[in-house]
Amino acid sequence: MAFEGLTTRLQNVFGKLKGRGKVSEDDVNEAMREVRLALLEADVNFKVVKDFIAKVKEQATGIEVQKSFTPAMVIIDIVNKELTELMGGTQEKLAKANKPPTVILMAGLQGAGKTTLTGKLAKLLQSQNHKPLLVAGDIYRPAAIKQLQVLGEQIGAQVFTLGDKISPVEIAKQGVQLAKDQGNDYVLIDTAGRLQIDEELMQEIKDIHAAVKPDEVLLVVDAMTGQEAVNVAKSFHEQLALTGVVLTKLDGDTRGGAALSVKAVTGCPIKFASTGEKIDQLEPFHPDRMASRILGMGDMLSLIEKAQTNMDAEKAAEMERKMRNADFTFDDFLEQMEQVRRMGPLDQLLDMLPGMNKVKNNPNFKIDEKQIARTEAIAKSMTKAEKKKPDIINYSRRKRIAAGSGTTLADVNRLLRQFEDMKKMMKQFSGMMGPKGPKGGMKALKGMFGGKGGKNMKFPF
Amino acid sequence: MSFFKRLKESIASKTEAVTSKFREGLTKTRDALVGKVGELFSRRKKIDEEFFEELEEILIGADVGVNTVMELIDELRAEVKKRKIEEPAELQPILSEKLVEMLRGSDDEVGMKENPNGITVILFVGVNGVGKTTTIGKLAWRYKQQGKNVLLAAGDTFRAGAIEQLEVWGQRVGVDVIKQESGSDPAAVMFDAVQEAKRRNVDVLICDTAGRLQNKHNLMEELAKIHRVIQREIPSAPHETLLVLDATTGQNALQQAKLFGEKSGVTGLVLTKLDGTAKGGIVIAIRNELSLPVKFVGLGEQMDDLQQFDADQFVHALFAGMAGTEEQADEPENT
Ligand SMILES: Nc1nc2c(ncn2[C@@H]2O[C@H](COP(=O)(O)OP(=O)(O)OP(=O)(O)O)[C@@H](O)[C@H]2O)c(=O)[nH]1
Ligand SMILES: [Mg+2]
Repeated sequence: MAFEGLTTRLQNVFGKLKGRGKVSEDDVNEAMREVRLALLEADVNFKVVKDFIAKVKEQATGIEVQKSFTPAMVIIDIVNKELTELMGGTQEKLAKANKPPTVILMAGLQGAGKTTLTGKLAKLLQSQNHKPLLVAGDIYRPAAIKQLQVLGEQIGAQVFTLGDKISPVEIAKQGVQLAKDQGNDYVLIDTAGRLQIDEELMQEIKDIHAAVKPDEVLLVVDAMTGQEAVNVAKSFHEQLALTGVVLTKLDGDTRGGAALSVKAVTGCPIKFASTGEKIDQLEPFHPDRMASRILGMGDMLSLIEKAQTNMDAEKAAEMERKMRNADFTFDDFLEQMEQVRRMGPLDQLLDMLPGMNKVKNNPNFKIDEKQIARTEAIAKSMTKAEKKKPDIINYSRRKRIAAGSGTTLADVNRLLRQFEDMKKMMKQFSGMMGPKGPKGGMKALKGMFGGKGGKNMKFPF
Repeated sequence: MSFFKRLKESIASKTEAVTSKFREGLTKTRDALVGKVGELFSRRKKIDEEFFEELEEILIGADVGVNTVMELIDELRAEVKKRKIEEPAELQPILSEKLVEMLRGSDDEVGMKENPNGITVILFVGVNGVGKTTTIGKLAWRYKQQGKNVLLAAGDTFRAGAIEQLEVWGQRVGVDVIKQESGSDPAAVMFDAVQEAKRRNVDVLICDTAGRLQNKHNLMEELAKIHRVIQREIPSAPHETLLVLDATTGQNALQQAKLFGEKSGVTGLVLTKLDGTAKGGIVIAIRNELSLPVKFVGLGEQMDDLQQFDADQFVHALFAGMAGTEEQADEPENT
């Protein structure tokens, strides 16, 4: 289920044939073309893709396809397993020194998110009853020290600084000494962002490394990084002997192929995923979820989580009841739109749903945010009574609504017609929040946002 | 050794030269570009599948973006067929022409739009950590050097230390910063800043905003509001809304351009961190799909590390390090 997107693409390659015996080399070659594209689109480095494809190809060629499976399923399974494994099978914990304090050094490019991560990690350690000391080692970026101080203040952690006139090597050294004297069990050293080709600054961080001998060297990588991720990771690893990687800004809509690139060239475990600007938005890294995200296969789990955090549970239950009884009004419609919108732009929501790739690629299907805004405007131009009982909306009311919402009479007519159609689909839609789970939800969403006209799905906006 | 292995090795040693070339090289003629790309094409003697594959990888490796690369390669295939081209060298000018064409756009897009009768307002937007604040510092300095009166608005009231960061830049450059407390409404800061700009009758007002990911609905709405407030106070403003993109960003930059474009009416791009080895080829895809012009590139963290964008030079830089790898491999490093 989770891999339906690539499955669909591969099914186009193989046809719907089941159990064709051995998968031929030609089949595999063609399938690998699709896999390659999926990975490249996700920003996995092209050399990493090449190696990966070669490996999977070897495994897939000549493999026996069981009766009940399609070749596409078999290949997806191999790709998925291989990718998840590459991403790191089990979860890795933060290092711990035999003799405290445990020293953690942050490294990475400018703007990757090191300072924020330092704060988040400290917060996480505090919640496990540790006493971290934060060391402000970025003396270059204006107000970087201040940024760390504000974060430290927010969580009640001590920040050590010597201002921006003393060398970061000295700051790190004295910071660790202070931690020893005070009995802090963790020291987190923030550093300035630097380009991997900046010799002077790379030497500086090597000197810090030599001076404090960190137990953990974390490379902080922006999940949106493109092909360059490989050069960055390789160079930092060669010069600093990294022990772990943290991916940041994973709350964005990037497919995050950089994760695979970095993992492939450093071999270091990805230890955390940073998923927001708030100080507690730091999560353990899930290789399987990342694999499906990179493949663009739809991450049902995160969609469900998103829905849970953004939809008000009570409202959802109420809505469901209304839908089942088909006494859904334009007020409810507006409410519903608001709830769905809070989850993010619609086409991205759809991206997270398996199988939607195919729907989205249908030329008749287009999510037009402007169109949706127009729809909302029409609904908002109705009077209370009209929203409740759309039946009363006669010609003159339609004209008024069109004028009020800056749309045309035809727009209003279309919406009213579609609203009726939608009410008829309500039973289906109720499955989305009901016990039937995501399957029903998919159908419902397809119904809600589907293409227009003919035998295609109706577009209710 | 495979081509890409050699390539990888040569990249590190070449970059410095490339950067300085890009820096001073704005005067370089088009021939230099043609010559450089020519090297790449002359290495292969035949146009075959392998040739196209290698070209495809070079472009993808520069983050040009899968769709745009596929489109380009298809177009090149068609040209090869149509013109019965056999030698790679013949194809090379066609490729660079296509790339430059994609990037250049019309002449009136090159410079910054200005308000002929009053304050020019420039709004900066972008995801977290791309270099908005730094670019504002650099741009303020640039205007200052042109003898303009500049004012900055500290619209990032969210990120810890963001206001202070802009203030440091203000001091460096010698321009004032309009600010409120951390945590206050950014639209209110903008309102203040515009009033103050009017009162002082400054030439340019540059507005910083907090970094935000384009899929955060509420934060994007906030940006739309900021835009509206500025527009209400000066109807023709903001005269430019610049989306800052980090050159290390991959295909997500397209998504950034699309959604920031919708919410804040982006008029141009700034590509930062080109002093690294990242090629920022994604701006080609953005230009291709959304036709947003690139206005500036960031080439470092200092005040003067901001350059006006030059499509020829950029295409040149995109291929440098790729071209002439063979020759380069034999040369000692760091000469
Ligand atoms: N090497 C290099 N670094 C840059 C460039 N532009 C900005 N930076 C650095 O990138 C980091 C982030 O820059 P900021 O200007 O703080 O980015 P921002 O977009 O304002 O970030 P937020 O406000 O946190 O969203 C800083 O360390 C800058 O010095 C550039 O052109 N080259
Ligand atoms: Mg900033």
